[in-house]
Amino acid sequence: MNTREFDVIILGGGITGAGTQRDCAMRGLRTLLIERSDIATGATGRNHGLLHSGARYAVNDPESAAECIRENLILRRIASHCVEETDGLFITLPEDDLAYQQTFTDACRAAGIGAEIIDPDLARRLEPSVNPALTGAVRVPDGSVDPFRLCAANMLDAKLRGGQVRLHTEVTGFIREADAIVGVHTRNRQTGACEDFFAPVVVNACGIWGQHIAALAGVGINMYPAKGALLIFAHRINRMVINRCRKPSNADILVPGDTVCVIGTTSTRIPFEECDHVAVTPEEVTLLVTEGALLAPALSSTRILRAYAGVRPLVSSDDDPTGRNISRGIVCLDHESRDGLKGFVTITGGKLMTYRLMAEIATDAVCRKLGVERACETATTPLPGSEERSYEAVARKIWEAPSMAQKAAAARMGTGVSRIRSGKRSDEALICECEEVSVGEINSAIDHLEVSTLTDLRRRTRVGMGTCQGEFCACRAAGLLARAHGCVEREREDLSDFLQERWKGNFPIGWGDTLREAEYTQWVYKHVLGL
Amino acid sequence: MKLQEYTVSKHNFEECMKCTVCTVYCPVLQVNPLYPGPKQAGPDGERLRLKDPFFFNYALKYCLNCKRCEVACPSGVGIADLIQASRIKYDRTRPKLRDRILASTDLMGSFSRPFAPVVNAVTGLGVTKTALDATLKIDHRRSFPKYSGRGFESWLRKRAEEQAAFPEQVAYYHGCYVNYNNPALGKDLVKVLNALGVGVQLLEKEKCCGIAMITNGMSETATRHAKHNVEIIRKAVAGKGLTVVTTSSSCTLTLRDEYPKLLGVDNADVRESVLMAVRYVFERLEAGATLRFKPGFHKKVAYHVPCHMERLGWGVFSERLLRMIPGVEFTLLDSACCGIAGTYGFKKENYEASQAIGAPLFEQIRSVDPEVVACDCETCKWQIEMSTGYRVENPISILAEAIEI
Repeated sequence: MNTREFDVIILGGGITGAGTQRDCAMRGLRTLLIERSDIATGATGRNHGLLHSGARYAVNDPESAAECIRENLILRRIASHCVEETDGLFITLPEDDLAYQQTFTDACRAAGIGAEIIDPDLARRLEPSVNPALTGAVRVPDGSVDPFRLCAANMLDAKLRGGQVRLHTEVTGFIREADAIVGVHTRNRQTGACEDFFAPVVVNACGIWGQHIAALAGVGINMYPAKGALLIFAHRINRMVINRCRKPSNADILVPGDTVCVIGTTSTRIPFEECDHVAVTPEEVTLLVTEGALLAPALSSTRILRAYAGVRPLVSSDDDPTGRNISRGIVCLDHESRDGLKGFVTITGGKLMTYRLMAEIATDAVCRKLGVERACETATTPLPGSEERSYEAVARKIWEAPSMAQKAAAARMGTGVSRIRSGKRSDEALICECEEVSVGEINSAIDHLEVSTLTDLRRRTRVGMGTCQGEFCACRAAGLLARAHGCVEREREDLSDFLQERWKGNFPIGWGDTLREAEYTQWVYKHVLGL
Repeated sequence: MKLQEYTVSKHNFEECMKCTVCTVYCPVLQVNPLYPGPKQAGPDGERLRLKDPFFFNYALKYCLNCKRCEVACPSGVGIADLIQASRIKYDRTRPKLRDRILASTDLMGSFSRPFAPVVNAVTGLGVTKTALDATLKIDHRRSFPKYSGRGFESWLRKRAEEQAAFPEQVAYYHGCYVNYNNPALGKDLVKVLNALGVGVQLLEKEKCCGIAMITNGMSETATRHAKHNVEIIRKAVAGKGLTVVTTSSSCTLTLRDEYPKLLGVDNADVRESVLMAVRYVFERLEAGATLRFKPGFHKKVAYHVPCHMERLGWGVFSERLLRMIPGVEFTLLDSACCGIAGTYGFKKENYEASQAIGAPLFEQIRSVDPEVVACDCETCKWQIEMSTGYRVENPISILAEAIEI
């Protein structure tokens, strides 16, 4: 455990980093992943959770579209417990040009995306929440994907293959030997402990923050930070993904995911310094609700749970002010050939959908440098949890009459549900009532998934993601974490931070029932529990 | 378009603040650990069921549909409605023969009534109860309601002319119980209303309200009944300008609220014209009508508010009427479910839970030791009479006994 030497060090615990660590580990390398915060805290966890069919890019960026559909089909196989195969609609509204539908469908077919023009009546039957005024509809193989779960599954697989993970640890500098990077200086942000780690290759998979990491290494990359804001609604109003059949624009994708649905996004260029502090503005909220209601009218009267924003990790390649026409293409930079710096690779651009391909490209580059010849197997080997495709089958195999919490756990963990310690009645007690998360599931996450804070726990289990936003589950989960870590004081602080973070997402949409609930939460924690 | 001016969700499930007060008021949760409780079964479960019907939980069958959760909810969430609606939508188990028999109160009534003395004797036998327990899983410890030889409908039909002579008229939805088991209650109502100068008419061929069908997985039959009943009520209300009065709190809740909320049968135009007779009588008295009471009448009455009367919010009318009777020594029993919940307590698997739920109420009745327990619900009556030995009467019957004509 105490080794400081690895074959490869991957910086960044987003989906690209986690995927790269898994791929490297599968090819027999000794790996270390370093993340300054938690997994999936950047763009990975701040998007729609859309399993793109690629249709959205088909007209403007056929190359990305073709990549998307290939990866879409792969993820359905290897990550079935993270994916919901909902299918999607591209709808034409009276104010849109119906002629675009043909251009769109042709482009989809050229990219290999199964797009089918369907009768608007059929669309209304398939998706009762869709704007009934639609004049045209195209059915595409969109779906939804849980990025937190996907990221955790990649990290878990890497760990099962001997990989090591250091979360809440930031890189403070690079260790150089002549013209080569040979390691990193790190500092744990929770304990302040400083450590050095060594490897002949370091991969920069830090997304938008890759610019900063590259600068630390003394090489230049210009990222193009484009903020996108999204809203989460408190329950699923749609069964299928709903898109607008027109040139990509604001707030034209509504994705059903788990117990909620998400509308987004906007696109605003922001200065690099703001990447760590993006906030959703009232104008963005108004725009999202107004435009969203055109996709599904029910959005104008459905409770909003949270607002959040992410930063797209686009690589600056031209000076388009909107950021929409920049290619979502994958960029892999070998800094040895680019900048004369050995042992340093940057993998960036791309998107959640193509993370596996990005990881493959980055791992190929690493293997070339290390002289390892072993083929990539990530496209065919299921992630841990996805060995069985249907969560219904998983649940039925284990329990004769599964409870709601057991069913929900199977839906979240797939076959990984067998990791839950069982036998004790107390393990079946509920921690999170909105999302049906049991004591057993929380403990299993603490045991296997590198949890140090309540927010980490939320990303792995959905604790606190439901309508109550931590009102009841946060203190219970804090109790379990305090027991696991043997420290009550630290957990009290963590609990405060967690509730503050939940409020941050409630604030921009703080009205109606969400405000009532937040007030109630405040009453419980401040006045009853004295926090 | 005014955005987000208000939010709507089916049965208001998004208004839930997770305050959990409903779980405190749920009588089932206190006795049956297999039941997930109203919050989880209702608004929490609904979000998962919207994702995938796979998340439907068959333990929802333990819900009594007493609606105490809805009474307790400070946010107006239709918790019991959510639970019953999801049972209607997702429960794919076909109702058992037993459940069909229990739910078909009108069929059983029309079959049993001609042979009432025989049926009553046979269902009272230990050997019958043992057989029913073994074959149909109807608990052997349960007493069965007695059937009456002559139905209320034919009794009133014979008096149609006499009733039509009254200056004012109401229509009476009597329900299966009055027609097949207890015509005396219907006669008592006629007596009271006649004393107020109001004549009583039948509706045009009323059918069972269907509440037992809804809870026993026979919602399609229940919907047919609902459409029929709303149609005949509409004829009485819109056609003849009548108010429809009732004496059963559960039938009333079904006619007014379950039809639109659970069965999707619109009754908005007639809903406000369907009233419990106690409310109708109370409002007449408030408006100046008078009743003459027997001098020297004395009765110690303990009033149990049935769950569905609580949901209607009308227990107060029965209470005020009973207190109005000179010579009534009145006790209001603590608000609690008696445990029977219609057909629920008849089922073998629910017997223990049913009796455990009712235990505190039975205890209180014994300590009050009244001459009669007043209650607006027939199934509460069977449960309380069987479990305590005290006689139970509808408030209308007690009123009828106390007045002079």
